[in-house]
Amino acid sequence: MTDLSDITTALISGDGDKVCRLVQKALDQGAPAADILNTGLIAGMDIVGEKMQSGDMFIPEVLMSAKTMNTAVEILKPFLSAEDMSSAGHIVIGTVKGDLHDIGKNLVSMMVESAGFKVTDLGVDVSPEAFVKAVQENKADIVALSALLTTTMPMMQQTIHALVESGLRDKVKIIIGGAPVNQEFADRIGADGYASDAGSASRLAKQLQG
Amino acid sequence: MIIIGELINASRKAVAAAIQSEDKETIRKMALDQADHLADYIDVNAGIFVDRETACLTWLVQTVQEAVSLPCAIDSPDPKAIEAALKVHKGVAMINSISLEKERYDNLLPVIAGTDLKVVALCMSDEGMPVTVDDRLKIADKLVNGLQKNNIPIENIFVDPLVQPLSVDKTYGTGFINTIEALTQKFKGIHTACGLSNISYGLPSRKHLNRAFMIQAILKGLDGAIINPLDKGMITAIISAEALAGKDDYCMRYLKAFRAGLLE
Repeated sequence: MTDLSDITTALISGDGDKVCRLVQKALDQGAPAADILNTGLIAGMDIVGEKMQSGDMFIPEVLMSAKTMNTAVEILKPFLSAEDMSSAGHIVIGTVKGDLHDIGKNLVSMMVESAGFKVTDLGVDVSPEAFVKAVQENKADIVALSALLTTTMPMMQQTIHALVESGLRDKVKIIIGGAPVNQEFADRIGADGYASDAGSASRLAKQLQG
Repeated sequence: MIIIGELINASRKAVAAAIQSEDKETIRKMALDQADHLADYIDVNAGIFVDRETACLTWLVQTVQEAVSLPCAIDSPDPKAIEAALKVHKGVAMINSISLEKERYDNLLPVIAGTDLKVVALCMSDEGMPVTVDDRLKIADKLVNGLQKNNIPIENIFVDPLVQPLSVDKTYGTGFINTIEALTQKFKGIHTACGLSNISYGLPSRKHLNRAFMIQAILKGLDGAIINPLDKGMITAIISAEALAGKDDYCMRYLKAFRAGLLE
């Protein structure tokens, strides 16, 4: 039998060819696709997230691992159910209104998806109303807000306010991130958490889903 | 190289604390230090003080100009804060920055139209961040034409093509640098400027990438930069690269910097 930990190791080192070969081999040998996904791939991305958080892996390496993950998931897809693919929960993510920065938001989106979440990415310049609507429609477990400007930080508060007004606040966890914000700001505006990088965001999301 | 000293920014803890306690001495020293290390403009930013940015920005301009005779780069998107800061500013200030984002553009244009203010024009539009050289040039075209129509002379415009991290896309370095080259060729007399440390975001030992990037950009025509002038390695890279690019007559700036002890 293929040892799924070999898949994990190859994924962490971003070796796409090897991961695909091992995934195919494991399938051929009758390993359940969901096991390959959870024990092989998602476990690997969890380690990638930890290494990113601790500064042992850098963004380009994380991107390589994530790209490898995507290719491997494509191989597994025909054998996976919808539940298998979004077992961790549903996250709505976006950059708040007035702010067009997307790089950090995209990294977080990629990492939480690799961690097994279903992701609805609303893009940039997202109004509080659009967040509310997406949380409602998708029955999201978590909403992730990004802001890169000091001038758009207050929009995070307004977005949270809109979620409160619409009666959704106790149904969804709110996490925030971006260069100008920190834990103190997250506490002040009533968010459930703050993450300083995409690896931490992924771990935080998992923690919140308990 | 027109150097805009970036240190007086309220998102830095020491600056926020100085503003909070109206500690003039700290701000004056930061202004003086930057002036002694070749700064041409002193950037002032009070963006984190959302409710009283106008008062803080005005105070910063006054405090800086009590210490040095340099002009300020007024770093805010808020036209009211900028107008108030300009009222107390001596000399010709730089506005940092206008962009093609509609609200920002419409709000700031009346403040700068027909003046002799210098203005940083950031290549960003409501359509999001530019990715390719073409994206950047399209935005720059609209910005430069719009500003010129409003009687801002081309030599007062500093286009910032927007630096994005190399860590997420290997083409972001060349994309920026090729835009600098295209802009310099297309608009005679225009300036370019940028805050370039974003290039190394997400990578270790960032200073090496920052310096190498600066050297490459200078060769393609970059002539303005928002940097920390006290970063001796960066100043050394700039002065050396400009001499090598044939922009330093008789290597005078290089020699002067050497004698002033500014080189690494």
